[in-house]
Amino acid sequence: MLSKKEIFETIDMVAKEHLDVRTITMGVSLIPCIRESAKKTADACYDRICFFAKDIVKTAEDLEKEYGIPIVNKRVSITPASLLTANFPGQETVLARRLDEAAKEVGVDFLGGYSALVPKGMTSYEKSFIESIPEALAITDRVCSSVNVGSSKAGINLDAVALMGNIVKKTAERTRETDGFGCAKLVVFCNAVEDNPFMAGAFHGVGEAEKVINVGVSGPGVVHYALKNNPDADIAEIAEIIKKTAFKITRAGQLIATEASRRLQAEFGIVDLSLAPTPVMGDSVAHILEEIGLERVGTHGTTACLALLNDAVKKGGVMASSKVGGLSGAFIPVSEDYGMIEGARSGELTLNKLEAMTAVCSVGIDMVAIPGDTPDTTIAAIIADEAAIGMINNKTTAVRVIPVPGKGVGDFVEFGGLLGRAPVMAVQKASAEKFIRRGGKIPAPIHSNKN
Amino acid sequence: MKAVVTVIGKDKPGIIAKVSAMLAENAVNIEDISQTILSGNFTMLMYTDISKSALPLAALGDGLKKLGEEIGVSIHIQHEDIFNAMHKI
Repeated sequence: MLSKKEIFETIDMVAKEHLDVRTITMGVSLIPCIRESAKKTADACYDRICFFAKDIVKTAEDLEKEYGIPIVNKRVSITPASLLTANFPGQETVLARRLDEAAKEVGVDFLGGYSALVPKGMTSYEKSFIESIPEALAITDRVCSSVNVGSSKAGINLDAVALMGNIVKKTAERTRETDGFGCAKLVVFCNAVEDNPFMAGAFHGVGEAEKVINVGVSGPGVVHYALKNNPDADIAEIAEIIKKTAFKITRAGQLIATEASRRLQAEFGIVDLSLAPTPVMGDSVAHILEEIGLERVGTHGTTACLALLNDAVKKGGVMASSKVGGLSGAFIPVSEDYGMIEGARSGELTLNKLEAMTAVCSVGIDMVAIPGDTPDTTIAAIIADEAAIGMINNKTTAVRVIPVPGKGVGDFVEFGGLLGRAPVMAVQKASAEKFIRRGGKIPAPIHSNKN
Repeated sequence: MKAVVTVIGKDKPGIIAKVSAMLAENAVNIEDISQTILSGNFTMLMYTDISKSALPLAALGDGLKKLGEEIGVSIHIQHEDIFNAMHKI
């Protein structure tokens, strides 16, 4: 029988430590919706999303009440849209608009998968699709976009990297009146995963089943609280405490995922073992690192503490879930994490330190505001550096930066809600233009030859 | 189906009576009950069987939440599986 202590531990995790299931994301294959025209394809996609996902919000709300665990976001991810728009290059935004309408109709907060996967090469229709992204993100509210520009198997598509530097810049300009908010909905990946439930990078890979439920757990506050109660633990004990806490958090996610899949008659995809922060006090990954013993996140020792945290979260989570996938690890989005915001504002946390941190955690340079006058080749070079870390280390890396139009270092930008607020951070001044303009592909690393 | 009811708040007469009355109205059986008062704070735990409940669990939760607001305490009812999942291997 359950003890009183166990029951109140769970109650406290929710009431005081921000335990929640961060997202239930339904992946929907839209391959059967491909038609000869933009309008017919868009309409078919709309109908299929509305049919498959009509009950996702209601089901999540029921589960939230029955199990007493908040489910923060309900989302839909779709087949990479560049595969759907091949028949009508130049008219891709017809689909974007209809996807936005579908997201609103079923009541999800974001729909991911306005995406293209071009790690090894780019077709003409994919290039046309990528060029539609700034417009698509400006005319829609809930559509999220991602582009995969590299992989450990294929190397890095430097042509795509250069193009994405430009697309990020254009997206910011196109959404200038909201401080470049469009860029908060755009991720550039290396080694993108097909079952990621988190936005903005979620899409439903072609290797996936027709209709899948993927769940992302959360709980930085719970881990932080557990460490706070053990102020004198040595570092191995710290890892153990994180493991045990991650286990409990993930078991809650596993239960919700199993039950949501059953009720929505979808396949149970994966549980993403993540520590995803929010901008509220007490829900910060940075504060966990500071609890381990850093005066401020970003100082020396940050990478080591984050490596320990990330690894312990996975070790605890793996045993708690029957199917693990997605990005799985600690997230370090600057604007979405109270402690990271403070770290960046104080100057301890810099873009270069963030880059080092991404080598040991999931996922990358995430939700970082940079000066609006940053050249697109510099943005491309930031993407190339991240992609290189991912390619060589066989991990997913990503870049989601916002070159905030008209703002410079020291300014603040407010995105609101879960996307938070961020200080504009400095980028390196020297140019990488010649490197980016060379074009072509960075060859796949030696360890890609495993066969 | 088993569910756990928890009540947390400032102690006052009649909390147990009101909560158990609402459960009884909906044919929810209380199988075990315990309560403590720590420096004026009331905490109560009930193990209940909701198999014969007139209302689904989510609606029962809505009713208890409303009752809690009326009497100034926080009341939750949760499927026992969430606790089993988190605390038992």
